Amino acid sequence: MSTIASLHIGEIGYISEESLDFIPLKLLEMGCLPGAEVQLVQIAPLKDPLYICVNGSHLAIRKETAAQIIILKANS
Amino acid sequence: MPKNDIKVALIGNPNTGKTSLFNQLTGLNQKVGNYPGVTVDKKQGTSKLSTTQNAVITDLPGTYSINPTSLDESIVLKTLLKKDIKESPDVILVVADIENLKRNLLLFSQIKDLEIPTVLAINMVDQMTRKGISIDLSLLKKELNTEVVLISARKNQGIDDVKAAIIRCHVAAKASPLCGINSKIDPDYFHKLKEISPNYSLYELWLMVTQNNYPETITKEEKDKLLAFKKDVSKLKKYQHKETIYRYQEINKILKKTYIVDKSKATDLRSKLDKIFTHKIFGYAIFALILLVIFQSIFDWASVPMDFIDSTFAQISDFTKNNLQPGILTDLLTEGIIPGIGGVIIFIPQIAILFLFIAVLEETGYMSRVVFLMDKIMRRYGMNGKSVIPLISGTACAIPAIMATRTISSWKERLITILVVPFTTCSARLPVYAILISLIIPKTKIFGFLNLQGLVLLSLYALGFATAILAAYILHKTLKIESKSFFVIEMPNYKLPSIKNVGFDVLEKTKAFVFGAGKIILALSIILWFLASNGPESYKNAEKNVIENADNQTLSSEEIQQKVASAKLENSYIGIMGKSIEPAIKPLGYDWKIGIALITSFAAREVFVGTLATIYSVEADDENTTTIKQKMASEVNETGGKLFNFPVGMSLLVFYAFAMQCMATLAIVKRETKTWKWPLIQLFGMTGLAYVSSFIIYQILS
Repeated sequence: MSTIASLHIGEIGYISEESLDFIPLKLLEMGCLPGAEVQLVQIAPLKDPLYICVNGSHLAIRKETAAQIIILKANS
Repeated sequence: MPKNDIKVALIGNPNTGKTSLFNQLTGLNQKVGNYPGVTVDKKQGTSKLSTTQNAVITDLPGTYSINPTSLDESIVLKTLLKKDIKESPDVILVVADIENLKRNLLLFSQIKDLEIPTVLAINMVDQMTRKGISIDLSLLKKELNTEVVLISARKNQGIDDVKAAIIRCHVAAKASPLCGINSKIDPDYFHKLKEISPNYSLYELWLMVTQNNYPETITKEEKDKLLAFKKDVSKLKKYQHKETIYRYQEINKILKKTYIVDKSKATDLRSKLDKIFTHKIFGYAIFALILLVIFQSIFDWASVPMDFIDSTFAQISDFTKNNLQPGILTDLLTEGIIPGIGGVIIFIPQIAILFLFIAVLEETGYMSRVVFLMDKIMRRYGMNGKSVIPLISGTACAIPAIMATRTISSWKERLITILVVPFTTCSARLPVYAILISLIIPKTKIFGFLNLQGLVLLSLYALGFATAILAAYILHKTLKIESKSFFVIEMPNYKLPSIKNVGFDVLEKTKAFVFGAGKIILALSIILWFLASNGPESYKNAEKNVIENADNQTLSSEEIQQKVASAKLENSYIGIMGKSIEPAIKPLGYDWKIGIALITSFAAREVFVGTLATIYSVEADDENTTTIKQKMASEVNETGGKLFNFPVGMSLLVFYAFAMQCMATLAIVKRETKTWKWPLIQLFGMTGLAYVSSFIIYQILS
């Protein structure tokens, strides 16, 4: 099972419906919706937080949050 | 405010140019206050909408939605739900960024559902072509059922359109909701909710339930009924999720018809800059370099105007002394008021430079990268990446820094940040440091270009930061507070800072500081002058005693004058106070005069210099024009050596680095933590640490 935390830099995934219950409301409001395209832009030097681009928003979230959001990778 | 002024609330996501628009609309007619009952800054300004109509515009903190997760955001909710006629806005002006229109419209759709007349201003349209964006304005107006205006606040485009739209919106009939959350989620549930009260819109009632935030005007019966809806927490959460998704669906439908982005035209400067600024080596190196530049400039650039202010006030004081009738009022003016004002004015260069740097770093979008770089490190010490901004702001003043912790959503991380911020070297310590460093550290250059005095100052800043981090770590390990840490931050696009925004920011914060701290300093200067020039019986006899004793010796009249002044000060009220604490501070290397300055600087650190200025100007003879620095350098101790020698100077530097000497900060901490427990812990913990460290330093060095 892939999550946002398992993406490589530059890789793209799509947020899966099943992770809806795990996405905090705040992230939903900022555009992390089921079905949305999410790209990992950058990882902070100490491997955390992660810098993602989702639904046109550029956000930094912590790894523990990212690990809860299930995605389908673009190539699979 | 006149009755017919339109009350406008300015709302928008962070980084949408809300502040730019506020500045364009209000210009210099701004004032900063506090929201009633809370200490968050409330920026208000008046704007001339037409020849006959004015508006009072309130700038609200930036927020992504009206479901708050931090204190800052809860202000927005409170303002919107307030049913107080005097406070509630007539028109809401929502600012959106053309590039992130979809996300910005989420907030807009929530506000529209409150059924308050709303104007949508889409900002940064000057970049539309470059980003490959096109928009169908008339269709968007129709679909959103509201006034929509395209603007570029930085380039002053479309501001008149905004003003006209506010007037049109104000006279138009009651606004209608945009999404109408009831139908799609659970029609039955929302129908029952709506039946509770006809006085509120459905969305207002929903917000009261989900946010547990009730306006004063609600009846007890209505509130009880709403509380019944609160019972099923997981259902509320599920419905909020559904609501958000539903809103995005509606927004997508509307944008599909009206908003087109050609991604091939987008330039990718952001990712190139991000690669550099968030690089694992360069990122930290650049951050360190920026900090170094800030600190060097505070010490180097600011010293020129500061020396000028210092000597100017000495001259003004001498001038008034020589040209006014001698008497108590002249004394008050030359020894109390003028040095007091000088003690406030002298900070302006340093504070302005610091605020300038912070404003520029915020405006460019660089601060978010710092948060990104620092989050993991800060978390180890019980804080989070957002704590970096309060810690850096703390180098200007702890008060705005403690207010800046409001964006941190975890209570434990926020509390730790609040508790350690006063360790960072605020600008009030700078005059104390500056004067002590110039007295005990030689003005030599290391490697031919590094200023030794500057390096010592830098190490004092480093000491402050290190202590803050260490204290945070101890608090992190000892405080038993359950608090969920949730962290998300937007990485805004890089922007060139707008001179107008930076200028307003620096002006406003410097003004707030000067008038806030200035009042205390000036008042204390006057009290001090009074305490120094009055005393019990022994004070009144001081002159007589000195002259009687002088009969047995051969002294010039000048020497007698000096002895009289000195005896007077020693026997004044303040001299008595200083002497009574002398036993406690003697092991730190201080005499009773420094003791006086220590007492008074519990009000505010910078008062230290002002106090010494008062003490020495009371004591100094009239003929010499000497600045405070020279007076301190020529002070001698009991053994005839310099009073401000190396051990005493170092001991004082360390004392001022650690001690909690700022009543205003204690008051803010009390208000932010809503209890006296934390400010008292701060006061005793920090001052205790200061005493012990100064004791050790002095005993080792002397």
